[in-house]
Amino acid sequence: MELYELTAHEIADQIAAGQLSAQETTKACLERIAEVEEAVNSFVMVTADHARTQAVQADERLTEGEAPSPLAGIPIAIKDVMCTRGLSTTCGSKMLEDFVPPYDATVVQRCSQALLPMMGKTNMDEFAMGSSTENSAFKVTANPWNLECVPGGSSGGSAAAVAAGEALVALGSDTGGSIRQPAALCGIVGLKPTYGRVSRYGLIAYASSLDQIGPLTRDVTDCALIMNVIAGPDPQDATCADIPVPDYTEYLTESVKGLTAGVPTQLLGKGIDPQVRDRVQAAIDQLQNMGLECEEVQMPHIDYSLPVYYIIAPAECSSNLARFDGVRYGYRTPTETDDINELFAKTRAEGFGPEVRLRIMLGTYTLSAGYYDAYYLKALKVRTLIKGDFDSAFEKYDVLLSPTSPTVAFRIGERADDPLAMKLADICTIPVNLAGIPAISIPCGFVDGLPVGLQIMGRAFEEGKLLQVAHAYEQATDWHRQRPSL
Amino acid sequence: MADISPEEVQHVANLAHLALPPEELARVGHELNRILVYFQELQELDTEQVGSTSHAIAMENVYREDISRESLPVEEVLANAPDRADVFFRVPRIIEE
Repeated sequence: MELYELTAHEIADQIAAGQLSAQETTKACLERIAEVEEAVNSFVMVTADHARTQAVQADERLTEGEAPSPLAGIPIAIKDVMCTRGLSTTCGSKMLEDFVPPYDATVVQRCSQALLPMMGKTNMDEFAMGSSTENSAFKVTANPWNLECVPGGSSGGSAAAVAAGEALVALGSDTGGSIRQPAALCGIVGLKPTYGRVSRYGLIAYASSLDQIGPLTRDVTDCALIMNVIAGPDPQDATCADIPVPDYTEYLTESVKGLTAGVPTQLLGKGIDPQVRDRVQAAIDQLQNMGLECEEVQMPHIDYSLPVYYIIAPAECSSNLARFDGVRYGYRTPTETDDINELFAKTRAEGFGPEVRLRIMLGTYTLSAGYYDAYYLKALKVRTLIKGDFDSAFEKYDVLLSPTSPTVAFRIGERADDPLAMKLADICTIPVNLAGIPAISIPCGFVDGLPVGLQIMGRAFEEGKLLQVAHAYEQATDWHRQRPSL
Repeated sequence: MADISPEEVQHVANLAHLALPPEELARVGHELNRILVYFQELQELDTEQVGSTSHAIAMENVYREDISRESLPVEEVLANAPDRADVFFRVPRIIEE
């Protein structure tokens, strides 16, 4: 096996044993980028010099015998929605094409302190709005399993980079499925932590009550190791919970005995591709055989998740994105004008792409006088009902199981003119963000050579239990060991 | 609910500070009407007695000591400004002489 095909913990073991250096590992991933990036297009920007410098630092510290983390020297890719000091951060938008943040996001700082060399900033749907990474202002990322297909989105660049071996781990952000869905479509592991488990400081906001940063990795052990680096309270983010962080690797026990799982019928019925359903059902059966007690559960309000999400997320986005006005940073219209309102309106119309403009319009409308109660307030109330379904289910079950995505990766361009079909890509993932709970996607098979993901959902702040179930399944299967041939 | 009129779409664009050309206004109006129809299904649910959830994870107020800290260096912050004058962001005049 090539070095770029290994998991992060396999390489970390070799680095710890002195058989491999951080610089050799970084070099291997940079060579892989040179080999496949033209076809995959995972990155908005490759930061090779930055990565090499960090790798040198990692080797120095490792030689001194004081590695700050078991992942020191492991190449990481960062979604271009997280601020990196001195390195441009575009959010996939013309609006921020030339923006160079004066500070690091907390997660970037923590990965840097843990000495993970940053390979680059990954491509994404503009402002994280989309499910295919086709909405980027700069390029279209391809799925490493089939270059004619999308990698999913919005963290499609991060997922593709890990699947292709251009980085060994990556960070993404997830507002309605943007970590889990691309992880599923690219055959890797993706975790959306509980709302408040990971700091959002320096994450360019889309919908602040839903956004959460999390890892994309090749297996569950790597996921646990990254969570150990990024989770935990941050004085810079008041919504980041002051709750102790366990060592997530302690949950990797390989056993599911004594645990119970609910399978929401609403997430295995209409809208789910029959072949995907068969693969997910087979995974559930296997977990049952391993000792996980599974049974069907009714969660009737889940069916309303999509309209609730498409009211709440655009409403929050219309407010969050008001800051892009061409004054302090970002794009400004070249039109000469004496009118400040014209400056704002032209700048925003020219700087934002069509999907972002549409969502700002939608959010502005549902929040505007006369419609607030009918749309926004109604959505907040139905959100309570959806959360209630989860609360009831978790009184009985430790975890819930479903497909991550209703289909495998679709072809580039196929849904570009059908926004509603595109939005259906997130029917299984959106309820999780509305409830604020954690969920992980792990590989559970293939349909027509394209990966299928199993979603495991858990109670708030019980990421450990998700990792336990995910790891047990992973150890009993070899889906996560498959690599695309590029 | 009735369709959004073109005038209403223009009004929303003004509120959102988006200078959209006529064909874009038409496109957005069409899309909005499609999406709003889809929102109607929420009216099936009786939520008279249901509270609203703005944040899924309940949290009390978070306090911290009010300690002064160093701010970002002015030059670094202004480096991103589309237009500047001295240590200020420059914009068209907003106060009449």
